[in-house]
Amino acid sequence: MCEKIIDGIIDKYRGRPGAVIHALTEIQHENHWLPREVMERVAEALEVPFSQVIQIASFYKTFSLTPKGRHEVHVCTGMTCLLRGAPALMDKVEELTGLKPGETDADSRFTYERGSCLGSCSIGPELIVDGKHYGRMTPDTIEDVLKRYE
Amino acid sequence: MPTLQSVAELEKLRADILARRDPARTCIAVCAGAACDGLDSIAVADAFKSEIAKQGLADKIELRVTGCHGYCEKGPNVVAGPKDVCYFEVTPQAVPGIVAATLKGEVFEPCVYKDPLTGAKAVHMNEVPYYKHQMRLLTGDNIRIDPMSIEDYIAVGGYAALAKALSSMTPNEVLAEVKKANLRGRGGGGFPAGSKWETTKNAPEKTKYVIVNGHEGESAAFMDRAMLTGNPHKVLEGLIIGAYAIGAQQGFVYTRHDAPRLVEHVKAALAQAEAYGFLGDNILGSGLNFKVELHFDVGIFVSGESSALMRSIEGNAPEPRPKYIRTSVQGIWDKPSNLNNVETWANVPQIIGKGADWFTSIGSERSKGTKLISLSGHVVNSGIVEVPMGTPLRTLIFDIGGGVRDGKGLKAVHFGGAMGGSLPADRIDATLDFDEMSKLGAPIGAGGLLVMNEDTDMIDVARYLLDFLTKESCGKCVPCREGMWQMLKILTNIADGRGKKFDLDRLADLMEVTSLGSLCALGKTASDPLKAMMRYFKDEFETRIAEGVAGSQAK
Repeated sequence: MCEKIIDGIIDKYRGRPGAVIHALTEIQHENHWLPREVMERVAEALEVPFSQVIQIASFYKTFSLTPKGRHEVHVCTGMTCLLRGAPALMDKVEELTGLKPGETDADSRFTYERGSCLGSCSIGPELIVDGKHYGRMTPDTIEDVLKRYE
Repeated sequence: MPTLQSVAELEKLRADILARRDPARTCIAVCAGAACDGLDSIAVADAFKSEIAKQGLADKIELRVTGCHGYCEKGPNVVAGPKDVCYFEVTPQAVPGIVAATLKGEVFEPCVYKDPLTGAKAVHMNEVPYYKHQMRLLTGDNIRIDPMSIEDYIAVGGYAALAKALSSMTPNEVLAEVKKANLRGRGGGGFPAGSKWETTKNAPEKTKYVIVNGHEGESAAFMDRAMLTGNPHKVLEGLIIGAYAIGAQQGFVYTRHDAPRLVEHVKAALAQAEAYGFLGDNILGSGLNFKVELHFDVGIFVSGESSALMRSIEGNAPEPRPKYIRTSVQGIWDKPSNLNNVETWANVPQIIGKGADWFTSIGSERSKGTKLISLSGHVVNSGIVEVPMGTPLRTLIFDIGGGVRDGKGLKAVHFGGAMGGSLPADRIDATLDFDEMSKLGAPIGAGGLLVMNEDTDMIDVARYLLDFLTKESCGKCVPCREGMWQMLKILTNIADGRGKKFDLDRLADLMEVTSLGSLCALGKTASDPLKAMMRYFKDEFETRIAEGVAGSQAK
């Protein structure tokens, strides 16, 4: 299923060297990471050197060169979230999942990330799971949220 | 919908849209801005939908899911009826009550604003203290517009300014109007937009580009996203007018990939504008040909810098280049490229529509118009604020923001994100003005205003900001890449109580070298927050070094 989607994305941008970022972004969204073999196919189809694809893939933070979990758990570390209590959230997420930032657990359930700023400062500190924002979180309410994601 | 061929057709369409609207039908606007969305305002909207369906009220009540209303702190926000009754912290359970009251032309008391001290109620938008002190020229329409509907935008007068420019003004007259309005760039520099437009217009190349910078990577700034998500057509209209004045054939919108609603709205806006004939060939029969492409930032701060952003649009890694020749002369693919921030573009339609004289009547002497501010941090009311330039910071923080949370005292305010600066509490009578704030060492930047209470550890704030920038440096210039890292090391030592006597001198040296030896604004201004800290809070650093204790233990 996913292979077909990836093929479709690569086909869409075939022969357009300027569209490397577009192609990689779409593949990242679908597949959650960029396997080397896929990047090689992107390079060939879009007619750019593989080195340029890997330069872009390794430069931008959105792209992952390693497999990710089924769910991405993200704690916002923007200024407001930090002032309003993000450190306690991070400790709790780390305690519950046993992960450090950037890591994925053995069952591929969660990948844990930190980063700023996601622009929902008014409801900080916040937790974002698979793009869904959970505002005004406290260490006590995190567990309930994470339980919803298997 | 057939493509509009002329200004007359646009005006006819507008009249049709307005005629189709039943004046007796009340509108309920549910905010789906970033904050309300995070507080599950969609569940509230769904509750309205099912309540309206259940009671068969579709001909009496119109539900509109809109962009950001502004008062994010009290979300989910709902505004009902012709008189703009504001409901705050609305839950799905409150929905039947609001529907019943709205039908009767009454007010549903449990969800209206109550003053936290006096308990006094404020029902309508113009009575709520948070909104009362604002001038919402750019964001005021948000409650009347479903961002996915171009007709909603046309209904509130949208694309009339474009029609005016195309039908009764020459490109030079449009440019002259923007120059006369003294519209200054809202993205950070405060550089006059008109002069920038002129440079691109006069550049010898025939192919020219115009770009909307909606990158907004600045920490604690969220107003551009709110503007572009809540009213994408306003920004687009500004861009098309700009393209007409400058003579550009192609535009780009560069924005974040990680805000699904933003992406959806901009995509829909571009498609609808094309279908209605505001983009494409021979726009409104004027002979103007203009297309717009959407590009995404994929997660690095430096790609908000103009030359880096243009490299990114070309499909390369976003490394800034030296700007001996400006991007307005040689930008994307070395063609003249005029880049402005979302808010700058959003100001263009009203300048053309109402004229430069009207625009310059608002604001301070050298900064005109209104400014969007993202108010956050230790403030009671955080959210998106729009005030005239020249408004004192005190009004922003106390009258609108409601002061500091939890009864604490104010220690400092920070403007302009990671490359901005902090001001101590005794400077908040300063006014919101590009030049005044820069002189004080806290440039407005894009407009993120962070309030910090008396317990805030300024050394830690400085360290946080530098840590952020260190990770975001693209690494091209050694002074930026290594200099910031060394500064961070020293700062961390000071924060952790391991500071040494000459650390501050070493920091000052590094600050100077980094700002002199870096190509782009990231390196050049990375030490600006630290400079402001040294100006206003130096004693904190000196005390910490002398006492040699970590921040958490320091008194």
